[in-house]
Amino acid sequence: MISPRAQLHPQQTRPLGSSDGGETPAPPPPSDPRITALRPLADGHRDIATSPVPPTKVDIRNINFFYGKSQALKNISLPLYDRRVTAFIGPSGCGKSTLLRILNRIYELYPGQSATGEVLLDGEDVLAPGLDLNRLRAKIGMVFQKPTPFPMTIRDNIAFGIRLYERLPQSELDERIESALRRAALWDEVKDKLRQSGLSLSGGQQQRLCIARAIAIEPEVLLLDEPASALDPISTQRIEELIAELKSDYCIAIVTHNMQQAARSSDYTAFLYLGELIEFDETERIFTHPKVRRTEDYITGRFG
Amino acid sequence: MELYARRRLVNIIVMTLSMAATAFGLVFLFLVLWTLLINGIGAISPALFAQNTPPPGSAGGLLNAIVGSLMMTAIATVIGTPTGILAGTFLAEYARGSWFGEVVRFVNDILLSAPSIIIGLFVYAVMVVRMGHFSAWAGAVALAIIVIPVVVRTTEDMLRLVPGALREAAVALGAPKWKMIVMVAYRAAMQGMLTGVLLAVARISGETAPLLFTALNNQFWSTDLNAPMANLPVVIFQFAMSPYADWQTLAWGGALLITAAILLLNISARMLAAWSSFRP
Repeated sequence: MISPRAQLHPQQTRPLGSSDGGETPAPPPPSDPRITALRPLADGHRDIATSPVPPTKVDIRNINFFYGKSQALKNISLPLYDRRVTAFIGPSGCGKSTLLRILNRIYELYPGQSATGEVLLDGEDVLAPGLDLNRLRAKIGMVFQKPTPFPMTIRDNIAFGIRLYERLPQSELDERIESALRRAALWDEVKDKLRQSGLSLSGGQQQRLCIARAIAIEPEVLLLDEPASALDPISTQRIEELIAELKSDYCIAIVTHNMQQAARSSDYTAFLYLGELIEFDETERIFTHPKVRRTEDYITGRFG
Repeated sequence: MELYARRRLVNIIVMTLSMAATAFGLVFLFLVLWTLLINGIGAISPALFAQNTPPPGSAGGLLNAIVGSLMMTAIATVIGTPTGILAGTFLAEYARGSWFGEVVRFVNDILLSAPSIIIGLFVYAVMVVRMGHFSAWAGAVALAIIVIPVVVRTTEDMLRLVPGALREAAVALGAPKWKMIVMVAYRAAMQGMLTGVLLAVARISGETAPLLFTALNNQFWSTDLNAPMANLPVVIFQFAMSPYADWQTLAWGGALLITAAILLLNISARMLAAWSSFRP
């Protein structure tokens, strides 16, 4: 079943806006020799540019994607590093959401959409036929652009996902719900109204409820598809704070239209344009010394 | 100035015409209700609910017809609702964009608008003729065939109103499709689907034609589903056409009863729909 990794490693809180790109990773499990080996190096290095490359969690290799006959993604390859935030940026229709939707194969809900290539999650090909989709989606959580609380109580919204995988006694279930809501920074606002409809919350609260729902089943990867684009600036800030906190436990990929958001909250950035990956690098470099002219043009607002 | 004056004039004319048309429609509705009330109120008495349909010239009520109608409507609803909901779910969730789904939807729409007398004749041919006698079962089946397309349609429509994002959210958590449908989509569409079932019940509680050929009628108290069974619509039909004044009064009473029941069902359907949209 799913490892209760999150409980083994209490989250590190980090003040928002601390622009040191080189956050040291959360204390990694000592059982993982790769990470243990990296530890002495990582310590003391504040600059991400010189810090060692973290382990790859998701390896996207030569991905092509088709809506019917029209090709939406062309030969995309990039890694998503564990316990790092990777931002996908690019103008509308460039394929960044499409790329995200390949990783948990949610695109398969719709006939006529197909992907070729490989997406390796810890070395296992996610796109392999015959893979158990429900198991895959337990490992890769997703939050959507518009908040999507289910038409049930706040408590049941969280319990829904947990019950898909585990039969827990009432008290344990309540603990899991509380811990998920706490980690999504929503607990204090909803603890007295867990039996109210999830639809009664504000937009920003609904979105945090959706994040709580996603992390309640303890996935390993979190996909955020423009999670703050429908929210006001204050709610957006809370979501960004949340991303910074969740980073210590998850591999996070975020699609965003907001340049500042990408710059603030990600460690790596991928710039996509017309279905092609133009540039992928550490966020700091993308935003200060992009190698490709088109990236620079987009970031500085000269087109897009 | 000229332009604005003309617009105002056109506005007044169109508004007057629409209001007149609305009034025209409403007048007939209220005339029907008024006539029913005037003629039927005299028949409403405890005896109406306590005694069976009488022979001409003696006192009686509509008890056997009321019970028969309730029984057949209930059985038809029990048969028709699950069938309709499952078929509507198939159309909305599993057959989107498929050739087979299009055919099923088209056939269902034909069934939805099929004259009820034809449904009665169909059940007469396949059930009554084979069984050799009229029966309440046949009546209930005929009514169920009327319920099914209504429920299929409302279920599909309501499920289609459930935002795709909600489905994606459930599936992204790893929920299998059936669980997504039962626990999320049904829940989101619940009120609309219930409204559809209530409207279907309202529709069949006044149907006469399909019962004429199937359940027929029964002068006596009977709850035997394998025998002809009394029911309000056919009793109204028979009593209203008779030359006996006391039968005619009972027919008015029955008509008022059915209308009141349908009105009540419609109002509850409305309230259910309103309640769902105002729910926080």
